Amino acid sequence: MNPKKPVNLKKLRGWPLTFVLAGVTGLSVGPFYWLVVAATRKDDEIFDWPPKLLPGGNLGANIDHLQHRIGLLRVVGNSLLVAGVQTLGALVVALLAGYAFAKFRFRGRTLLFGLLLSTLVVPEQVMLVPLFKMMMSFGLLDTYQALILPGLCVPFAIFLMRQSLSGMPDELLDAARVDGAGEFRVLWSVVVPVMRPVLAALSIFLFLGSWNQFVWPLVALRSPAMHTLPVALATLHGNKSNTDYGAILSGTALSTLPMMVLFLVLQRQFISGLLAGATKG
Amino acid sequence: MTAAAQPAATQPTATQPTATQPAVLGEPVANPAPERAHRRARARRKALPYLLLAPALITFGVFKAYPIIDSLLLSFTTGAGAATHNAGLANYRRLLDDPLFWTALRNTAEILVVQVPLMLGLALLMAVGINSVLVRWRAVWRLGVFMPAVTGLVATGVIFAFLLNTDNGAINWLLNAIGLPTVDWLGQPFWARMAVVLVLTWHYTGYNAVIYLAGLQSIPKELYEAAMVDGAGPIRRFTAITVPALRPVLLFTVVLSTIGTLQLFDEPYVLTGGGPDNATLTVSMYLYQNGFRYFDFGYASAIAYALTLLVSVLGAVQMRLMGERDR
Repeated sequence: MNPKKPVNLKKLRGWPLTFVLAGVTGLSVGPFYWLVVAATRKDDEIFDWPPKLLPGGNLGANIDHLQHRIGLLRVVGNSLLVAGVQTLGALVVALLAGYAFAKFRFRGRTLLFGLLLSTLVVPEQVMLVPLFKMMMSFGLLDTYQALILPGLCVPFAIFLMRQSLSGMPDELLDAARVDGAGEFRVLWSVVVPVMRPVLAALSIFLFLGSWNQFVWPLVALRSPAMHTLPVALATLHGNKSNTDYGAILSGTALSTLPMMVLFLVLQRQFISGLLAGATKG
Repeated sequence: MTAAAQPAATQPTATQPTATQPAVLGEPVANPAPERAHRRARARRKALPYLLLAPALITFGVFKAYPIIDSLLLSFTTGAGAATHNAGLANYRRLLDDPLFWTALRNTAEILVVQVPLMLGLALLMAVGINSVLVRWRAVWRLGVFMPAVTGLVATGVIFAFLLNTDNGAINWLLNAIGLPTVDWLGQPFWARMAVVLVLTWHYTGYNAVIYLAGLQSIPKELYEAAMVDGAGPIRRFTAITVPALRPVLLFTVVLSTIGTLQLFDEPYVLTGGGPDNATLTVSMYLYQNGFRYFDFGYASAIAYALTLLVSVLGAVQMRLMGERDR
């Protein structure tokens, strides 16, 4: 009985702090809950006082409206296509380059790696005008290629792959080589399986970045049919004469909540993916 | 950070020559046929890293290096399309005399100076709280506060445009409920900037807290125990152990947040459109306006390079300042 008492006291002391943290978490999560409620309500209920606390039944109608206003299906398809292809492409580019930098010694290695990393400090905005001009002269404005191509080389991803691959024991690679596997075979059947956690975290980092990217698509796209979800939402929201709040918010929910669900399922990969820069820095 | 990888990376070269053509291994050099095969294999091995790098180098050259250089060249030109001609430093001179550019710079600076310390201070408190052994369900709080970081900035902007609505927004209701007056968030210049601060803080505080949390968990418990034996109170332990141990992480987040805020675009674009009366116009928004509303590529490029200069100078100064306190 005796040793139990101080433990209980200690637990009691933790409660005030626990309540504070619950409040802070409430502030973090609250807007999402508000979004869920608002996205499922009618336009005029969104600003009701007292606020509606539970989701309503208007989600279907709101999404119908949105489909009518921005061609939701097409827009979501655009976003998925661009983010999917860009993630896959950037992943392959980074894996190959990271492998070369980590496991081979060749002329120009340090220079090339330094050159890649040096662009990390250049703001993305510097490239907007030249990329726009380039895509214009290629006749690629308003196409998927314009959105995907500039995102294939992600210096940070190459850096991360190189760092992770450097930690991989060479014995594993050599064993496969002695068995007669070619370099690409080694990469695919030895490196990729071992690197799966890093690749998973990196793909989440890349996909999220691509799914949410805004400035470049805003610049490179013209026709609403090519819009990605953030561009379509910002355009719809920016149109002040539009009071179709339910539609805007259901679209916002649609762009946010799938990521939330994915995040809750894959929290470890998400956090390590988004913190990848921080823990290595 | 690159140095750490160096030793491991150089190891494979010793075993490399036998790798791609193990059949050649141990073959006498005098035999001409395997000799040729050997040479071919070696050439292929030499080319291999470049082959692996080719996709990265091509995309890097075309979509990163070229635009960066082109942008610099453009910043010395004026006019549009075929009528472009050399303008020397005219764009940069214009920049210095442009009141709107200075407004954008001042807005960005004000948001930066309020937001970064506020957010990082809150994040540190949050991290220390979640890290406390006294607290229950720590994993839940960690997960919850990280959630906003997963949201896109456009979505965040739209959500908060509703929440910050002056007459009907939930935030003003909450303020009124605790006895505070209604704030005209998006209509008053000062409050519009604070609205941007609020949105940024909501979005990134948990993210930074989780970074700090990782740092906190790597501090040896013995340090705290020893300090407690020496009679150090919680505040003393925080300033004497926690903060110094977190210094590298703190530096990282300060630099990252500063750079990020200097490039601020999405949030004000969605939330306020730069208004009211240019009160939330940021440098990046001004760049966008010049480049893609007026199609003044030369001037937009000059703004881009001014921004780059600002980012590098401020980043370097911060690293210098915070790095030096280390010693």
